Amino acid sequence: MLEAIILTIITAATPLLLAATGELVVEKSGVLNLGVEGMMVMGAVAGFAVTISTGSPLLGIVGGAVAGMLVSLIFAFVTLTLVANQVASGLALTLFGLGLSGLMGESFVGQPGLKLQSLDVPGLTDLPFVGKILFGQDILVYLSFAAVFGVSWFLNRTRAGLILRAVGDNHTSAHALGYSVVGVRYLAVAFGGAMAGLGGAYLSVAYTPLWVENMTAGRGWIALALVVFASWIPWRAAVGAYLFGAVTVLQFHAQAFGVGFPSQFLAMLPYLATVVVLVAISGNRRATLFNTPSSLGKSFVPDR
Amino acid sequence: MGEGTGDSTGEMLRRVGGDTPLLEVRHVTKRFGNFTANDGVCLKIMPGEIHALLGENGAGKSTLVKIIYGSLQPSSGGIFWKGRPVTVGSPAEARALGVGMVFQHFSLFDAMTVAENIALALPNCRATGELAETIARVSSNYGLPLDPDAHIADLSVGERQRVEIVRCLLQNPELIIMDEPTSVLTPQEADQLFVTLRRLAAEGCAILYISHRLEEVRALCHHATIMRRAKVVAEADPAKETVNTLAQLMVGNEITRVTREKGKLGPEAILLKGLTQVSQDAFGVSLQDINLSVRAGEIVAIAGIAGNGQKELFDALSGEEPLEKEDMVIFAGEAAGLMDINERRLLGAAFVPEERLGHGAVPALKLSENVVLTRHGTGEGIARRGFTRFGKAGRIVETVTSLFDVRKGVLDPEARSLSGGNLQKFVVGREVERTPKILIVAQPTWGVDAGAAAVIRQSLIDLSRKGAAILVISQDLDEIFEIADRIAVISRGYLSRAEDADTLTTEKVGLLMAGGAEKKGAAAA
Repeated sequence: MLEAIILTIITAATPLLLAATGELVVEKSGVLNLGVEGMMVMGAVAGFAVTISTGSPLLGIVGGAVAGMLVSLIFAFVTLTLVANQVASGLALTLFGLGLSGLMGESFVGQPGLKLQSLDVPGLTDLPFVGKILFGQDILVYLSFAAVFGVSWFLNRTRAGLILRAVGDNHTSAHALGYSVVGVRYLAVAFGGAMAGLGGAYLSVAYTPLWVENMTAGRGWIALALVVFASWIPWRAAVGAYLFGAVTVLQFHAQAFGVGFPSQFLAMLPYLATVVVLVAISGNRRATLFNTPSSLGKSFVPDR
Repeated sequence: MGEGTGDSTGEMLRRVGGDTPLLEVRHVTKRFGNFTANDGVCLKIMPGEIHALLGENGAGKSTLVKIIYGSLQPSSGGIFWKGRPVTVGSPAEARALGVGMVFQHFSLFDAMTVAENIALALPNCRATGELAETIARVSSNYGLPLDPDAHIADLSVGERQRVEIVRCLLQNPELIIMDEPTSVLTPQEADQLFVTLRRLAAEGCAILYISHRLEEVRALCHHATIMRRAKVVAEADPAKETVNTLAQLMVGNEITRVTREKGKLGPEAILLKGLTQVSQDAFGVSLQDINLSVRAGEIVAIAGIAGNGQKELFDALSGEEPLEKEDMVIFAGEAAGLMDINERRLLGAAFVPEERLGHGAVPALKLSENVVLTRHGTGEGIARRGFTRFGKAGRIVETVTSLFDVRKGVLDPEARSLSGGNLQKFVVGREVERTPKILIVAQPTWGVDAGAAAVIRQSLIDLSRKGAAILVISQDLDEIFEIADRIAVISRGYLSRAEDADTLTTEKVGLLMAGGAEKKGAAAA
């Protein structure tokens, strides 16, 4: 029973974590991309399409990442090159993604898909209890954790990460020092798009191998909120994603057991718990201030 | 330079022996549309020379510097580095050549540490322990101590400038461009900076020094190039010139000396009675039982070192901070202590705050819109029944800009597009044009060149002689002695008694500034 619950928590948290990690990098560079939901759903439909046309779920998730990246580049072109408003463009990207994915996925509705296989490590996977949890997951679960550590290392330990943070902190100064603000942001947005696409593909290839219109069901928005409440720190985003996943799964079980509580209240719990916990752990306001990218959402136009 | 004293003999030889200029700018012209910012500008800087670049606001200094540093490309003309023609395509290329820059508005990253900020400016460098050691060594070596792990947001303005300078030094520059470095420093910090600059020059590093402060240019610089209206108009040896002759070269004609005759005094227009206010801000200064009266027709100046309660006093007078009792501030006989800023304006008062961009004017709004912001409720009919008459505001902009010679590119530009001095003239002019009965102005000529400062000061004197009561809060003692009839000093929230300016000397005021004003009602003796 407990094993089953933990396994469902992992599947609930992984798409959130993938998308949030990507968006975290985007926001650290000073770009607010509200189109996570749209990029995720494009990743989901492309992942499903590539999987059933090639018969390879692995190629499917690559396709999902590519699709997420492609739509994110539309956003990048509009906001970075044409300097349009980021909030409006991001919202438009979400609507665009939801619409286009519905159109593209029309013929896939009701078709059975292929499920991404878990990586079974002979011997270890058969260990009681921990075996399936630690060694019996699919590649995207491991990738999501690798991404958290990788992004953390990249931002804090590498020169490229330092430049990315500089661009997000003060784009005028970064430009004065000779860094390409727009170039850095293009790369960050593309990475964020790919990660959101992976998160979407996880839903249609690994979680429930089928395509339903609007199947991301608001997960992109939750990923966005996680980034802010995690005060742009990767490990906190991971805590948030798993907490959200855990409370979501547990409240389903609570509903099933018939706890004397209106189901609407239970459905609110994941949001409430995640916000409360993440606000509580980011209690150090000075540190939070230093982590907040000051240029977030501001357009940059270099002078002549 | 960055690694310490270097081979000083070699450096000396290069400095004495070389007659090739380190940097030569030949006939550089830069146009923005119809506007020519630089017109055939020539400039030569020798190794180890501290070279002053002088000029009024808008004379084209910043444009020239941006061209040298690669942020802008010249429309025509060329740059020669050690005698060879070069194209400086970007700041990175300038740094690779050996040109460093210390910006007037710092290009630092607030949320990052000193070490991270410096790493960003060095090629292929990360904020490691090794870098931290280098920073600590170089900074203490040049008398600019820094903690590599401190966050920029926690540093004072002077310390931030040190970060800029150390960052510059670690790039081993042969030429450092400094844009108004002392405008943000205390006199002590400025002296320390001069020691560092002289030492750098002695080691062979050339410095291009931009400043409005002619005294310090005379003391520090070996050579001066003077620009006026986009052209180089003169070269001079600053040590052989006087402040006056330098100022004359910059402005182009004899600066109209500010003239002041005794005015006819009218009734008391500003009266402060026991003005006491506990500061809500942990870093603020509480005002302690301040008493002062200003009569119509006179200018009273409040001197003091920054951060001694000037901001709090201004906010209490303008109504931005509500007071405890209404009779603590009396304007034209009316108890105004509980009034908001607009009610005070209706009594005939006008206010010019210290920070012109952000407080005195909204950067993104046009000048006419900024006129509306301070004059919508003054009974002039600019705003009526919820509608704004921009035609009227536009005419006020025209009057102010012609009276105060505000230079602008288009008819009604955004406030942020004006240079600092021009915006200051506009912000002061906007209030003076109203001919208020009471004017309270903080730092009227902060960061403004000599010509513009004279215009602003004369306008204040003229306004008072027409019967206005004027209270000037300033840190510039020269300015205070130039315009004030009476002088009081604020120190840690206490205000000394206002004394007749003719009976005071700079020394006496200086003593009061250093704490003498705190004795209650201290006479200025």
